[in-house]
Formats: sequence, C-alpha cells, structure tokens
Amino acid sequence: MATLTTHPDCVPLVSYRFGKGATNIDKYLELDGYKSARKALELGPDAIIAEMKTSSLRGRGGAGFPTGMKWSFVPKQSARPKYVLVNGDESEPGTCKDRLIFEHDPHSVIEGVIIAALAIQAKMGFIYLRGEYRYLIEIMEKAVADAYAKGFLGKKILGSDIDLDVVVQTGAGAYEVGEESALMESLEGKRGVPRIRPPFPAVVGLYGGPTIINNAETIATVPHIFRIGAAEYAKLGTERNGGTRLFCLSGHLVRPGVYELPMGYNLKKMIYEVGGGIPNGKKLKAVVPGGSSTPVLLPEEIDIGMDFDQVGKAGSMLGSGGVVVLDETVCMVEFALRTMKFYQHESCGWCIPCREGTDWLKKSLTRLHEGGAVDKDIDNIRYLAENMLGRTFCPLGDAAAMPTIAFVKKFRKEFEDHLEGRGCPYHRAAQPEPALV
Amino acid sequence: MADVTFTVDGKKLTAPAGTLLIEACRAHGIEIPAFCYYPGLSLQAACRMCVVRIEKVPKLQTACTTPVAEGMVVTTESPEIAQARKATIELLLGNHPLDCPVCDAGGECELQDMTFKYGAHESKFADIKNHRDEQQWSPVVFFDRPRCILCYRCVRVCGEGMDVWALGIQNRGSGSVIAPNQQDHLDCEECGMCIDICPVGALTSGAYRYKTRPWEMSHVGTVCTHCADGCKTTLGVRRASDGMEIVRGDNRDKSGINGDFLCIKGRYAFDFANRDDRLTKPLLRQPNGEFKPVPWDEAIEFAGKRLREIRDSRGGSSIGVIGSNRTTNEEAYLLQKFARTVLGTNNIDHHRTADYPAFAAALAGISDASLRDFASAKAVLLLGNDPTEQHPGLAWQLRTGVRLRGLHLYVANHQNIKLRRQAAAFLQIREGDYAPLIAYLAGNDSALDGNGEAKAFREAIRAEESLLIVFGAEFRGRDIEALVQFGSSLPSVKFACLGDYANSRGAADMGLYPDLLPGYIPITASAQFAQEYGPSLPSQPGLDLLQMFDAARRGELAALYIVGSNPVARYNLDPAALRNTFIIAQDLFLTETARLADVVFPAANLYEKSGTVTNTFGDLQLVRKAADRAGARTDFELIVRLAAAMGANVKQLVPFEHRGVRADMGQARGAQSGEADRHGVWLAAHHLEPKLSPFDPFAILDEMQRLIPAYNVPRLDLLVGNDQHSRSGPASGLVQIQTAAARRDLVLPSSDTLFTSGTLGRYSSTLSSVLESREPAETAAD
Amino acid sequence: MSTQPAQPGTIFSPTLAARFDRLVTLYPVKRSALVPMLLYAQDEIGYVSDAVIAEVAARIGITELDVRNVVSYYSLLRTKPAGKYHVQVCTNISCMLRGGNEILDHCKKKLGIPNKGVTPDGVFSLEEVECIGACSWGPAAQVNYAFHENLTPESMDQVLADYRAKAQNGGGK
Ligand SMILES: Cc1cc2nc3c(=O)[nH]c(=O)nc-3n(C[C@H](O)[C@H](O)[C@H](O)COP(=O)(O)O)c2cc1C
Ligand code: SF4
Ligand code: SF4
Ligand code: SF4
Ligand code: SF4
Ligand code: FES
Ligand code: FES
Repeated sequence: MATLTTHPDCVPLVSYRFGKGATNIDKYLELDGYKSARKALELGPDAIIAEMKTSSLRGRGGAGFPTGMKWSFVPKQSARPKYVLVNGDESEPGTCKDRLIFEHDPHSVIEGVIIAALAIQAKMGFIYLRGEYRYLIEIMEKAVADAYAKGFLGKKILGSDIDLDVVVQTGAGAYEVGEESALMESLEGKRGVPRIRPPFPAVVGLYGGPTIINNAETIATVPHIFRIGAAEYAKLGTERNGGTRLFCLSGHLVRPGVYELPMGYNLKKMIYEVGGGIPNGKKLKAVVPGGSSTPVLLPEEIDIGMDFDQVGKAGSMLGSGGVVVLDETVCMVEFALRTMKFYQHESCGWCIPCREGTDWLKKSLTRLHEGGAVDKDIDNIRYLAENMLGRTFCPLGDAAAMPTIAFVKKFRKEFEDHLEGRGCPYHRAAQPEPALV
Repeated sequence: MADVTFTVDGKKLTAPAGTLLIEACRAHGIEIPAFCYYPGLSLQAACRMCVVRIEKVPKLQTACTTPVAEGMVVTTESPEIAQARKATIELLLGNHPLDCPVCDAGGECELQDMTFKYGAHESKFADIKNHRDEQQWSPVVFFDRPRCILCYRCVRVCGEGMDVWALGIQNRGSGSVIAPNQQDHLDCEECGMCIDICPVGALTSGAYRYKTRPWEMSHVGTVCTHCADGCKTTLGVRRASDGMEIVRGDNRDKSGINGDFLCIKGRYAFDFANRDDRLTKPLLRQPNGEFKPVPWDEAIEFAGKRLREIRDSRGGSSIGVIGSNRTTNEEAYLLQKFARTVLGTNNIDHHRTADYPAFAAALAGISDASLRDFASAKAVLLLGNDPTEQHPGLAWQLRTGVRLRGLHLYVANHQNIKLRRQAAAFLQIREGDYAPLIAYLAGNDSALDGNGEAKAFREAIRAEESLLIVFGAEFRGRDIEALVQFGSSLPSVKFACLGDYANSRGAADMGLYPDLLPGYIPITASAQFAQEYGPSLPSQPGLDLLQMFDAARRGELAALYIVGSNPVARYNLDPAALRNTFIIAQDLFLTETARLADVVFPAANLYEKSGTVTNTFGDLQLVRKAADRAGARTDFELIVRLAAAMGANVKQLVPFEHRGVRADMGQARGAQSGEADRHGVWLAAHHLEPKLSPFDPFAILDEMQRLIPAYNVPRLDLLVGNDQHSRSGPASGLVQIQTAAARRDLVLPSSDTLFTSGTLGRYSSTLSSVLESREPAETAAD
Repeated sequence: MSTQPAQPGTIFSPTLAARFDRLVTLYPVKRSALVPMLLYAQDEIGYVSDAVIAEVAARIGITELDVRNVVSYYSLLRTKPAGKYHVQVCTNISCMLRGGNEILDHCKKKLGIPNKGVTPDGVFSLEEVECIGACSWGPAAQVNYAFHENLTPESMDQVLADYRAKAQNGGGK
C-alpha cells in the first residue's frame, strides 16, 4: 500500500482522510463526506464557480490553470450534453500523488465530480485512470457503486432533481493520453492523438459536448475547499496559488515520499528538511522541480517558493509536483538520455517535430553517452530541441525539448566530457539499452 | 458568410469569415507550404510546415487550421518561419532514405521541392536510418515505409473520400506506420487515390513503379474510356518501340468534372492499350478459314469492294451496322451517316445500356443534369443502379456532397448498395418495385406497401426545395416517362439517366438506332437530314441489333459492319447465325465477335484519337490523342477509307473542304507517330489539298452542331478542353419519338463492377490481377 | 488461462462476456468501451489475439483495422503472449536514481531472459517500462498489476521466488 509521508510542516487537507479507512463510504460520511456536495447543491452553479475562483485553486495536472476560470468557460446553454472528466492518467515521471488519493479517498474524487457537474450542469462524469492502476480502478468502481447505492449518484442525486452518472474508465499505457484532448480521444475509443484547438474542451470536448477536464488532485481538492471555505483555502497558499498540494519527493533523498505542503513552500527546505537531505553525505547536484518535463534547477537556484509563479520566475515550472533530486554522482548525459527515451517512447507520433525530434535526440544522446559523438553533436542536440520548442502539435514536444535545452545549457561541460570516445566519466560506458519498442 | 479583411505579408486581403488562412492565401496567390493539409479532407495540423506568424499570438500558428479573422495581421515568410520549416524538413530527412534517383516520385515530390526551397540539404544526422523493405499490398498498391512522411493524406482520402477506410495508422511515436486493413495486404477498391495523393514516393502503383521518370513523359489530358461518367484523366506517355506507350493515368491538376478523382479504371486500366495481343495488322480470312495478316490497302480494298457488291446486288437493307459505346461522337456520327448515305441502310444499332431515347422523349426539352450539377445539388434522389460499382465518379460526387456540403441523398434500391451509408434515407424495395415506387411517390398510396418508412421517404423528398433525380437502367420506356412526370410535379428538378460506357450517351445522341437519327430525330421525320444527306437517305426504320441477327439466321443479312462492339458475347448470340454473312469487324482485340469476321481492322482506342465524347449526364468533352500504337487506325479514318474504297464521295461524307473547319489543327495528330505523313500520302494520291484532311474528326463538327442543336455548344471552350453540357433536349414538338410500348426494349445493362469494363476490361492486366487476387469472387469493400 | 467459452459465439468467459455486454451500454457511444475491453480481454486471454480483435470489433461495430490501430497505440496491450507473471521494471528517472537499472539487470540475469523475453517455462516475462507512478518509492516494479516498491536485488529475488512458488502451486495471477 502506498502511503503518505508526513512532516511537521505538512497541512493535511487533501490528505485529511488518508489512512483513516475512508474507502468505506460510511467512514467517509463520518469524516464530513458528501457535505460539500450538499453545500454546492444549495449554492447553485454561479456561486460554486465564484467560490472556486475565490479559492485560487490552480490545476494540479501540470499547467496550473486557474480551475474556477476553466469552469466558467463552459457555456451555460449547450445543445450537446456536458461532461466532467477526471484526469487520473498520472504518468509524468516523478509523479505518484493521484495514486494516493484514489487509494485512500476515492469518494473525494466522486464528490469533486458531483460539485463540478453541478457547476456546469453536466449529467455525466468520467474518471479516467491509467491502466497500470488496476487495483485503484477496483477501488474506484466500488466507491462509485456505493455512491450510487446511497443516492449520491444516479437519478435525482442527493434528493435533488438532478441526475448524474459516473463511469470509471481505464487507460492502457500511454503518457500522451494524459494530455487533455488525447484523453478525450482515448475515452472515445481511439488512439491517443490530441485534437486541434480551438475549439477548447470547455466548448467542444468529449463527444462534442462542453467538457471540463481536471487532474484528479484538482478534483479531489474541490470538496475540501467547500469543507473549509474558499477564502480559508486560498490563505493556505500564496498569492494566486491557493491551498496545498501533494509534492512527490523522489530520487536522492533520505526520506523520499509524498507530502502535503502549502503552495509556495520553500524548495530548499523541502529537500533538506522535509525530505531529510541528500543521503550518504553526498552533495546536491540538481533538482527537477515538477516532473520530468520541467527544466532542471541548479543547487543555487532552489531557494524559491514552490508555486507556479515563483518556479516560473526561476526558469522552470511547478508542473505536476514531482520533485526529483539528483546528487553529485549522477551523470547528466545519462539523465538527459533517460528523460529523452521516455518522450521518444511516449510521443504519439502525430506531428513531425516531436516524432522525429525525440527519436533523433534519443539517438544522439545515446551516441553521446556511449562516447561516439563529436563536438557539433552537442550543438545539434540543442538546435534540435530548440527547433521543437513551440512548434509541435501538443505540449509533449515542449516537454521533451525544455528539459533537454536546460541540461545542455546548464551542464555543457559534462556533455563535452563525453565526447570523442571518452565515454561516460561516471560509469563504464553504458551498455546500449535495448529499445523499448 | 460575411467577408472579413485581414493583412498578409503587408497586403490587405478579404475572404469569407471562417475561411482557413491557408486557403485564403492560396486564393490570393500566396502559397503556404503544406504536407498534411489537403483541401476537402479533415484537418490534421500534423506536419507543421504551414506555420505562420500572427500578430499578438505568442507561438507560430498553423495556417491550415486557423480561420481568417477581421483585422488579423499575418506574416507567411520571414527568417523565423523559414527556419521553422527548414528544421521540420531536416527532421523528416533524418530518417528519410533519400533514394530520389530511383524513387517514383522523384521530380514531382513535395518533400524534394520543400528541401530545395528551404535549403535543408546539409545533413545533421549521423545515426543509422531505419530501413524497411518495400511491401506489395495489392495488385495496385505498393508501400515503401521509410519514404513515408506520415501526412495521413492517404488514410483520409481512403476513408473520408472513398468511404473505404482501408488504411490505418498503427504503433506510435517514431514507430508510427500506415497500415493496410488486412494486416499485410489490402482489401479495397483499388482506386489509387492514396497513391495519387501521397506527396512523396511512399505509396506507388504497380502500374507505374520504377517504369519511368516524370520528366521522360509527355502528359495529355483526355477522357477515361471506361464507364459513362467521363472523368478527365491525364495520361503520361512515352516513346516505345511501336508508338507512344501510356505509363500513367492521374488527374493531379483536378481540371475535369471529376476533380482529382479517378477510379481504378481511369487510373490504371489504360494498360489494355499496351497489350501484346493487340491487333496491329489487318486480317483477312482465307479460304481455309484461317486469318492472314495483309497490308492495309489490300484489306480495305477487299472490304470496300465486297460491301459495294453486296449493296449494289442485294440492296442496302441487306447490310447491317453495329456501332460502339466507346468511339467518339464524330465517329459514331460518321458511322451512321456512312450507313445511311453510303450503305443505304437504317439497319444500325449498338449495345444499348440505357433507354436514352425514352429519356429524351420524356424530357421533351427539359434540361438533364450535368455531372457538375451534382457538385452543387442540395438533394439527390438515387433510384436503382449501384454507382459505387458502375459510376464511381458519380459516387464520389455524392459522397463528397454529403460530407462537405450537407447534400441530402435519398436512395431507393433493391440491393443494399454502399451509398446507403451516405443516405439521409434509404428505402429498400423489391427488384420489380421501381415503377410502383414512382406511383407511390407520385401519391398513389396503394402502389407500394406503404409502410412508415416509405411514407417518411416520400415526405422527405417532397419537402426538398430542389432535387436531382438520377436513375439506373431499372427504368426504361414508360417508367422513365412516369418518373419524369412525377419529378416535374416537384418545385425544381433535374434528371440524369445512367448508362454504362464512355460514350454510350454519345452513341445514342448520334443516332446509332435503326429508327432514330442523330438528336433522336425519328427517321420518319427526317426532312432536315434528307436535305443535308441527299436523297439516298432511306426513309424506313431499319433492323435493330437482335433483328439483324435474326435476319442473318434467315440468310437475309448479307453483310455486317461491326465497329468496336462485341455483340456475340454481350448478347450471348449464336455465332452460327452469322455463318452466311460477310463480316467486317473493327476492334482492338480478336474478340468473340471479331473472330467470326471475314475482315478485321485493327482499331485505335479512345486514348489514341481525338474527338469528343458525351458522358451519361450529357457533358460533352474533348478527347485528345495521347498514345499511339503502330498498325492501329482510328475508327474515323477507317470509315472514311472504307467509304472511299466503296467509291463513295468522301467530300460528301466528311465536308472537309467547304463547310468544314480548317482541318487538322494538330488535334488529330500524334506528332511522333508518322501519322501526318501517312495522311499526306493518301491525300496527295487522291489529289486533295494536304492541309485539309477528311481524317480529321473536327471536320465534321460543324455539320454535327448544325444538325444536332443539343451539341451546339461554344466550340472554343470545347476545344480548349472545358466540358460543355449539351443543350437542353430538342425543343418540344420537334421530337415525337414513339414512346414506351412502341419501341422495342433492347437495353442490356453491362452489370460492370469496379473491376470490370465490358469486353475491354478483360484485356486490362490490372483489372484481371485484381479480380484474380479476390477469388473467390467478391466485390468492392463495403 | 483461457476459459472454456460458455456463451455461444464468444471466446470470453461468461463473466467477462456479461461484463462486456454491460460495458458497451455505459457510454454515449459504444466505441468508448474499446480500450477497457481490450485490456480486460488481454487479462483473460493473455494477449490481444486475432480472435480477441475480431470479437471486440464485432461487439463494438467497428472494423478490425480500427481495433488494430488502437491496440498498437497502447503500450500495455500486446499481440503476443507474455509469461504468466509479467515483470515490469521501471527504469525512469526517479527509479533510475535509486537503482532501477540494476534491478532490471538483476532480473535479466536471474530469469535468464532479455528485455521483452519470456522464460522457456512461460512463467515469467520481463519488460523495462516507463514510470509506473511509484517514484517516491522507487525503484519499483509491477508484476502483472501488483506493485513492488523500494526494491533491492535481494527483495526482488524474494518477489520472483514468491511468484515462482505461486506458479508451482498452480496459483492464479
Ligand atoms: C503530454 C502531457 C501529459 C499530461 N499528462 C497528464 C496526466 O497524466 N495527468 C493530468 O492530470 N494532467 C496531465 N496533463 C495535463 C492535462 O493536459 C491537463 O492540462 C490537465 O489534466 C488539466 O487539469 P488541471 O487543470 O486540473 O491541472 C498532461 C499534459 C500533457 C501535455
Ligand atoms: S507533440 Fe506531436 S507527436 Fe508529440 S505527442 Fe504531441 S501531437 Fe504527438
Ligand atoms: S481504396 Fe483506394 S485509397 Fe483506399 S487503400 Fe485502396 S487504393 Fe488506396
Ligand atoms: S504513405 Fe504517403 S500519403 Fe500516406 S501518410 Fe505516408 S507520405 Fe502521407
Ligand atoms: S469513374 Fe468511370 S469515367 Fe471515372 S475513372 Fe472510373 S471508369 Fe473512368
Ligand atoms: S499543413 Fe498545416 S500542419 Fe500540415
Ligand atoms: S520513475 Fe519509476 S515509478 Fe516513477
């Protein structure tokens, strides 16, 4: 069982019910469950959205888009049915937080869906989990069935005149399906290739109907906002970055784990105090602050608050909350290569710059790591990444390019050390890895 | 939609709101590069070649997905944009085999052009490229994976355009690949649209692969010789040892009534022309019963002499003539004129595939529908026929209309035809219920099992503001009359009658009937023709095709002249009936009919001659000589020579001196073939002015246009290759065709499929190999 | 692994067939059931066989080509059988930092098969996979759907030994 790790600085809000047996619906009810949904029912759509705006909750999926604003884009009138879609595809390397929510507090996701559905007047919601999370799908399906049994879902929910159906959906292995429009394609039984935007999902989404799509943590946060009050919630974080978030600390730390900390929490503190610092007396070399897509930070760049704006100012992104810590023993070329292997494997292949760029970058980085590269290869790597940036059909191309550019820029010397047969100074020249597919 | 004004590269432009930027720019001559964008197909935004800079938008935007908006300021060329495009091409080339020297697309490859334009030739790629062997997916389609740039045009044209959906995309990332529907092969309509639309040489055709290079070909736009839709096809020809050989057919310039559509027949089934077993020498039957190749003069002299003897001894009525569905209008016209004025007989007919006379009579002056009308029609009622198989061009138009313009298609058929998938309403009826259906549509509730479906169908049709009614050979005679009558009760209606071959409609229009003159003028009302043709015009209706064979059986048909037709096989006639008839056959191959002949003339096919043809919708089009086969001669020339050999006045037959156009402006001549010289020799021998030729089919156009008002279309337009819809039928009152019951119904639909084309189709190796690959018998993908 | 077909016209067990009957009714369009169906079918049959593709296509009313296009997109779906216990070792960044590659190498040695290989007895197959959402507890692996976290070569040995024992006892997945 995956569990939350705690630290005195933690603020258990989303994790309020973790470890308390809240998968059981009665336990959930005991712990204030479904009260927020009732509250939202009384408030009605406009007030719900106003509350959401007050909370200054920003999407936990990666881009940090203000959730209240996203909901407000959904047209009131629509010829086609509207939908709520929960993104539980969690696949960004370094990220393992949504898993805890599904495992410990599945009803908070359902309750979040109910509130979102009330806000936009949707009659159907989907909770999409990555296929690898089979045990969580079982937990979610049971929770949904229990919620139906109690009348929280189905016809006339919570004694109102409103109907709401919720379906739990499984993916089958594809990072790109976490991208919102690709997710809708996948849910429609197709290849996970993103859609042309505009139109945006809020206007034309799933099955052509207006759709809000939110990360699982975002949705699970919603009932807590109504539980403690939007203003209270906002105050927990920093300006325009309300509340708390589940940070996934991984890599070279004494106490890796998932911690719920206030938005804006200092990164350095997060590493050295919450995470217990670098083990074995090693020195910190670099930090990937928000999942593998975010540009790497140097030790001198980490004295920053972990919110979307501050990390942005430091030249990286808060992303999905996956803080990956690298000690001095890490070969940055190998790390860059492993990162690129991931994107090469996960590129959907639709557009030229990403499909060809990730493949080419992987090959070049492999050659570099094995010591078979020449000087101009390093410039080529950067040239390629820079020419992918902003040119691809969906942000996966950017996600592959941005960290690569940062690696080359910040660790150029280390790249050069690999040149002309010198091989990896950290390892025996890595054996060529068999390709994944 | 209202127009919006925007600025592109400093120029103020306007376009209707909602127009895609790429289209708006193209309309104003600003070309934005594109691999994945293709007009009329769904948007992809995949190749990223069309990126442009739009003011106030942070990233470069794809012009292929951005609609123009008021006040938009766009830059389409700048160093930044050029760099983006260059990088995209570099990325593509990273894994591209660059085997241009042997690639079919070499020289007309969009990737090559872009590489040249954006200067992405310095290879940054030092790693090994992924190689894969070429695969054959079907008799027609070959796939070379490494060359594929994944623009998805093929997938879309096959699915959205053809409604076949035989191509898919499999795997993902750099492993993405185009895949055929049967894992390692295709089961599809073999139209070659995917090949045609492929911007590079990834999809290639069995017909053209590795045969030649684009710049070694000459290209001639002409008309498909197969079905009656009259698609424009551009033939690529090159010199061969025995003439000019056709190596490719396509319609990349989208110039015809078919846009860029061609079916397998128009695209690949030109190959009959290149067959080794084509007739190239005249054959004369010897006393021992065997054929012997003889020189042209001998064969023509012999045939002419015999015909003359027979005419003079037994009278013109002892001679029969059977014309063709695939010769030009000029040839069909000339043939009937020859029959009526030189042979002195009205015994002339052809293989009828639709009841055009009944249609003309019923229309009585109402215009029929051009194939172009389908491109703008709001609603179409399709009765009978299976256009997917028999009129692929029409089927394409209908599908496109439904897909892109919201055309309402109503289909009533006794079979589950594929077009039902596009139908707003599909009514399945019994085979014999077409006439009752019309009665029902016209308001007779008891005519059909008036279930709810039929009722809804009727109501929907009647609610349409305008309607195009198109019907198959299920309708003949009185049924056509009833249909037109019903249609005329609707607010705005046009009709189209579906016949089967490239010039079936022309054959009918040109009067290849025993009782009808050109323009459906009854033989009994021939005053104007008598004036033109002289007193020799016989005034009694002649024998129809079956009657001729009956007469032959009775020993009453002394001679039969068969031009481009295989009635013995098509009507399943007893060859023995012709035992005592002198037969002249003119054909490409030694068909079942030609085999019975006494004299066989090797004929040129439609791709080897000039003239005009009329599709089943009455669209008149120019055919241009593309290929040439040494030994074969056009039917036009053969008729003239035969007439000359009979001692007829050639100038009377083809008015090439006085009233004719100044002949032989080059349209008729294959410059490479030596044909002009041959004509020159003949003309000199006959003391004729070498500049004017009776072999020039256009010499007879004046007369045709004078006598057939429907064909009096602007000549210039026609000669530059624009299709012209024939004029509305003869003014009412002029025609009094005996309708329905009085005329014998000899209509025999060809029942062709996508992969057959009458007798001619049997000589296409492409069609044969497709049929073989599909055994046990199976039709197009449905 | 494969169950005797009990419903006529299906290759799936009665339970799964019934589940599929229901699944296609849950969504506004039937096709939405495609990805789950393929995964559940694979769980029962062992892989996405031609027969699975044919039946799923028929149940949803799309072409087999459509199904193949989708199958080949998703990395969990396979068209060849795997071992009874499919060992999936994550070597992505967080796991790599904590020894994911060593775990993978260890498995290769221990099982005597390369990445994507299947042991001759069909008990194990091995695959190097991307992040499985256990980054804070890496290095991690999944055996079929079960997570095994904070792995060391020794604890990995134990994991494999447990599954081998299970296989010998005729245990299920
Ligand atoms: C390649 C790619 C993968 C993504 N994967 C996920 C994911 O696994 N989970 C997620 O919630 N969002 C993911 N996103 C972000 C989603 O597109 C979307 O922005 C998010 O689900 C919106 O929810 P939020 O506003 O609550 O953050 C991904 C985006 C991209 C471009
Ligand atoms: S950037 Fe392009 S190829 Fe990459 S995942 Fe997005 S759409 Fe697919
Ligand atoms: S039907 Fe036409 S477009 Fe489709 S695969 Fe066959 S040849 Fe290509
Ligand atoms: S085969 Fe040709 S048309 Fe099809 S995707 Fe590849 S390049 Fe495009
Ligand atoms: S549709 Fe008819 S005219 Fe057009 S290419 Fe095919 S056979 Fe020729
Ligand atoms: S043409 Fe616009 S992206 Fe391909
Ligand atoms: S990196 Fe291994 S589970 Fe995330």
